[in-house]
Amino acid sequence: MIWQQLQSLAGSYPLAVRGLGMTVMLSLISLVLGTALGFGLGILRTGGNRLISSVIGAWVDLIRGTPFLVQIFLIFFILPEFGIELDAFTAGIIALTNLAACFICEIVAAGIRSVPTGQVEAALASGLSRWQRMRQVVLPQAMRIVLPPLVGQYVLLIKDSSVVSAIGLTDLTRVGWLVVQRVPNGLLVFFLVGVGYFIVCYPLIMLARRLERRMGAAHGEVQL
Amino acid sequence: MAVPARLCCSRLRYSLFAIRYSLLAIRPSLFPRRAPMLENFSFRTIVEYLPLFGQGLITTVWLSALSFAGALAVGIVLAAMNLQRAQLFRIPAKAYIDAVRATPLLAQLYFLYFGLPRLGFVLPELVVGILALSLNSGAYVAEIIRAGILSIPRGQVEAGVASGMTYVQRMRLVILPQAFKVTIPPLLGQAIVLVKDSALLSLISVSELTRAGQLLASDRFMPAEGFITIAAFYLLLYYCLKGLAGLSSRWLGLQPARSST
Repeated sequence: MIWQQLQSLAGSYPLAVRGLGMTVMLSLISLVLGTALGFGLGILRTGGNRLISSVIGAWVDLIRGTPFLVQIFLIFFILPEFGIELDAFTAGIIALTNLAACFICEIVAAGIRSVPTGQVEAALASGLSRWQRMRQVVLPQAMRIVLPPLVGQYVLLIKDSSVVSAIGLTDLTRVGWLVVQRVPNGLLVFFLVGVGYFIVCYPLIMLARRLERRMGAAHGEVQL
Repeated sequence: MAVPARLCCSRLRYSLFAIRYSLLAIRPSLFPRRAPMLENFSFRTIVEYLPLFGQGLITTVWLSALSFAGALAVGIVLAAMNLQRAQLFRIPAKAYIDAVRATPLLAQLYFLYFGLPRLGFVLPELVVGILALSLNSGAYVAEIIRAGILSIPRGQVEAGVASGMTYVQRMRLVILPQAFKVTIPPLLGQAIVLVKDSALLSLISVSELTRAGQLLASDRFMPAEGFITIAAFYLLLYYCLKGLAGLSSRWLGLQPARSST
């Protein structure tokens, strides 16, 4: 019986590859867009304008305070009421990008705040422009703080992309759900789904850990 | 192979739900179009469904609380295993934590939901959900506890050794009271994540808050009313927990000052 199931599973190989491809593509696109947007928002957040900063803060709280599933439903079912028709893929990309941007915004803002004010003042005294200050003085130093949680955030993003299966995108989780209807062995099917995610996520987790260790070493902290 | 009757039933229910949704998703024109820009946002319907939302909210709260208790239990055991010197304990704990952290909760949830009946455990969806949340959050809690214990300076341990304390005494009297303080704020952060993650249980038809919103959305074709309302309820929970986290860290921040005077 298990042999039959394995054969049937081997038959769903193309579906699994498509699912994995969908998961990787969704995560990759929203990861790139989210990082760009997140850095922009993070810089604006610490830019000194009270109003902009508090608006961004409120938006970030709104996104952090609601489950991602609810956000996806909101985007997918409610944007059409404003006359914007979306297919599931675009809705998924928008939801994931927005989520990533909000979390990355906070990470970047924390990194920028960690740069001592003396550095900014020195840059001001050297006559650097606003843009030069950010690009040549603040960001390079902030990156050391930003990098480890940023990579950790990417892992969370890839995992959150599984939730878009709820609006019918055939990503890896959805493929598992479809296959389990035909091959009634949930343990095996979802173990394989887990292996798929593990292959994508684990290298990133290792990278995050290495970066964290290097950061710790750079700051002279003792590892116990 | 005979599929357990219960699983069959819930699967049928789920697919009906999915069909209803995919109809709504693919052909919005099948259903009466409403005026754009949410002009006829119906507060009356929300009020009408308020008991359902209230029930969902209560379910979400208590199942999150129960799962968090479970996560603490799992996390403490895993952290204790992970801090041992013997590889026999450390390797399984590490493997478990990595496996949980590298896979999405939804896949873990389905793994238990479709997998447990195979092993002969036919449990209600709610129990499967609480189990999945506990096992998932437990891995993160274990890392928080471990980080808290490792954050205690080495000198404290050495001082304990020098005072002739046994391992248990050192743990109980020196390390844990200090580690406890460090772990409370991140644990509350994890509680926030857990409450949000509990929304996924609606996908295995546990009747919690998100499920209430889905019911309103699919019964009356009013997704805006349903999902905006539950988003508001989740925000309420979020701000409560966030306030608690802020209070606790302020309280804990005051503590060292008090003890040093």
